[in-house]
Amino acid sequence: MTLIPLRAMSINQTGIIASVKASGELGRRIRDMGLVPGTPVTIVGRAPLRDPVALRLRDFTMTLRNNEADHITVEV
Amino acid sequence: MTQKNIALIGNPNCGKSTLFNALTGLHQHVGNYPGITVEKHEGRLTVDGEQINLVDLPGTYSLTAYSEDELVARNYLVEQNPNAVLVLLDATNLERCLYLALQIQELGKPVIIVLNMMDELRRKGISIDMARLSRVLDAPVVGITARTGEGLDAVRKALGEMLAHPPAAKPVHISYGTDLDPALEDMQRRILDSNFLEGRYPARWLAVKYMEHDGEILARGEQGGPVHKELLATVESVARHTAATLDTEPVSLVADYRYGYISSLLRDVITRPSTARFDLTDKLDRILTNALLGPVIMLAVLYGLFWLTIQLGAAPQGWVEDFFGWLAELAEASLPEGELLSLVNDGIIAGVGGVLSFAPLILIMFFFLSFLEDSGYLARMAYMLDRVFRIFGLHGSSVVPYIIAGGIPGGCAVPGVMAARTLRSPRERIATVLTAPFLSCGAKTPVFLMIAIAFFPGTADRVLFLVTLAGWAGVLLVASFLRHTVIAGPPTPFVMELPPYRIPTLRGLLTHTWERVWMYVKKAGTVILAISILIWAAMTYPHLPEERLAAYEARISALSATEADKGQEASLEEKLLAIENERSQEALAHSFAGRIGTALESVTRPAGFDWRTNIALLGGFAAKEVIVSSLGTAYAMGQVSPEDYEELADAPSAGLAASLAADPHWGRPTAVAFMLFVLFYAPCFVTVAVIGREIGWHWAFFSIAFNTVFAYGIAVLAHTVGTHIFG
Repeated sequence: MTLIPLRAMSINQTGIIASVKASGELGRRIRDMGLVPGTPVTIVGRAPLRDPVALRLRDFTMTLRNNEADHITVEV
Repeated sequence: MTQKNIALIGNPNCGKSTLFNALTGLHQHVGNYPGITVEKHEGRLTVDGEQINLVDLPGTYSLTAYSEDELVARNYLVEQNPNAVLVLLDATNLERCLYLALQIQELGKPVIIVLNMMDELRRKGISIDMARLSRVLDAPVVGITARTGEGLDAVRKALGEMLAHPPAAKPVHISYGTDLDPALEDMQRRILDSNFLEGRYPARWLAVKYMEHDGEILARGEQGGPVHKELLATVESVARHTAATLDTEPVSLVADYRYGYISSLLRDVITRPSTARFDLTDKLDRILTNALLGPVIMLAVLYGLFWLTIQLGAAPQGWVEDFFGWLAELAEASLPEGELLSLVNDGIIAGVGGVLSFAPLILIMFFFLSFLEDSGYLARMAYMLDRVFRIFGLHGSSVVPYIIAGGIPGGCAVPGVMAARTLRSPRERIATVLTAPFLSCGAKTPVFLMIAIAFFPGTADRVLFLVTLAGWAGVLLVASFLRHTVIAGPPTPFVMELPPYRIPTLRGLLTHTWERVWMYVKKAGTVILAISILIWAAMTYPHLPEERLAAYEARISALSATEADKGQEASLEEKLLAIENERSQEALAHSFAGRIGTALESVTRPAGFDWRTNIALLGGFAAKEVIVSSLGTAYAMGQVSPEDYEELADAPSAGLAASLAADPHWGRPTAVAFMLFVLFYAPCFVTVAVIGREIGWHWAFFSIAFNTVFAYGIAVLAHTVGTHIFG
């Protein structure tokens, strides 16, 4: 088990959220979507310009910019 | 007996408006919450023979204070105290939806949990134990499929029962763990003891909001006496503790525990098939957001949206114009020649008719746009383009408004500005709305074509292409500038749902479309009527003095007398027309508009514009089509009504083009400066009215002033540089 930033995950890779360090509006939006520690996530794709990234969690798909994903670490 | 209110709330993309439409039918209306731009949808519904008011609250994921939508929803629940709250959940996405439902239960509101998309759930082979869910949530649970109408009767029945037997208010109590709970209980006690904020909010909820550092609640609490400081101090000490021991903030812990609570609730409620079934959305996304195919398909969709809007809209737009033409003829036939007729025809009918002729375009555009939005594709467009637009302080979702506003020549800023509604990020939305009018809309295009014919013969297509590029450059640069100055602020996070692809319901599409069109016709129509009359008056008054009119009359009768003798009817017509034109030119120069044009000459000289050009540009504020026709009048090309502008783009404008090309005031430097000025200056007043409605009147006035100053700067620069190049 290793901790890596969400940004470093590759497509179709699955992991479990270890920490979310974002605060303010970004942190609030991330949490509202259910991206909290302990949640399993899978990277489902990246936009044509490699950014933003699309992830699957709790039965839905959401997007996040790479620099926003930097606040999140994942256990893989 | 007082009117009973029911609130409907749910996440975005969970089918809320479908349910709202299904429950209320045609008995609904749209308004605005006072002072803000969030729409208020209300409708009537009959439960057990009683008429009940159903309020459709904005779609939100949470009840924090970060967006207007969430504040509106929360304040409605707290202040209006609805008799029941229908919480709509996407059954295929229960955990995230329950996050909102729980917050409403924490507020102590009587909720009915409505699970939508039961058909999709069955297709996926997932089953939900409704009885158990109802037990653990301590609330009625109903399963429906809003798009097919399945389960609607059960919703009515549950509502009837709740209204007949109102449950006692009992805020749900969630444990927030050993780090927060003792502090929360302490805060709760202080709140209850001091009757803090008059007991308007449940004590524990208030304590949790302090823990979350909720901006609005803290602001209210500040007025609430010394307890505010005590509560803050408690939160501070908890925050220090969690930072030291857990390396996290209380606000994160609150969310973690809420989700943890949901997970524990749902244990034994959901049964999933052992193997996940294939998902159509995943398959589609593999193609539609593919690195190569995705952008190609998106360009095709954007172009198709634009093309269909303009193509399908052309005929009905013509019918509306024909209707107003017929109305004008009717007025001519029934009213005596004179000022009243002029007011009715040139002021009211031309102005209001011009505005209403956009209605078909708006109708068609919004139909397709609603389709893209409801189907889930719009979110993918934003996803693919965000990287590009972000550089300029915009958002991926900005693309659609821009394309419609004239990103491809021939668009229209009015529906473009309205299409910016799909942006959920306030700063990016303002930047998009303010810059969308820079693009080459269909009304500016004839101006560019005419100037190109006059000064760059044979290259009209290239000129139009360059102007389009200049429009885009202006959009991106100014958006970037605005986002660094007047609407500075961090980019709105791109934390966005990519909803599953779904086929929209026709009813939903028609309702959305109709609301937009009606709002445009009703609200824009009133402002436009007033301004039409104002502009008409400015170009009509004051009249030429009697002796000047008499002089023209004398010339006409003298001419008629001499020419009639020679029997040259054709040449007589021509000469009479020349005199008529001379008179209207002088009348225009004498009017307020003409005087303003003349007064502005010293200012506009550096850009190469004389007073006649100024009048045309002033007229262009009414509608950009008027520019060509006013230039025609001012340069004595005969009176041309705005309706004739299409023909002006072809034959007669060749005549205007020729006279401009021959005019000593004009030249290539002036031509370039003029085109750039027309591209960038104040939006037409229909657009201004719509901007005012969409993002506020101060921004509407800002756009008039800022765009004109910006356009002037560019025009002067272009004229100066052009003079060096073209000599």
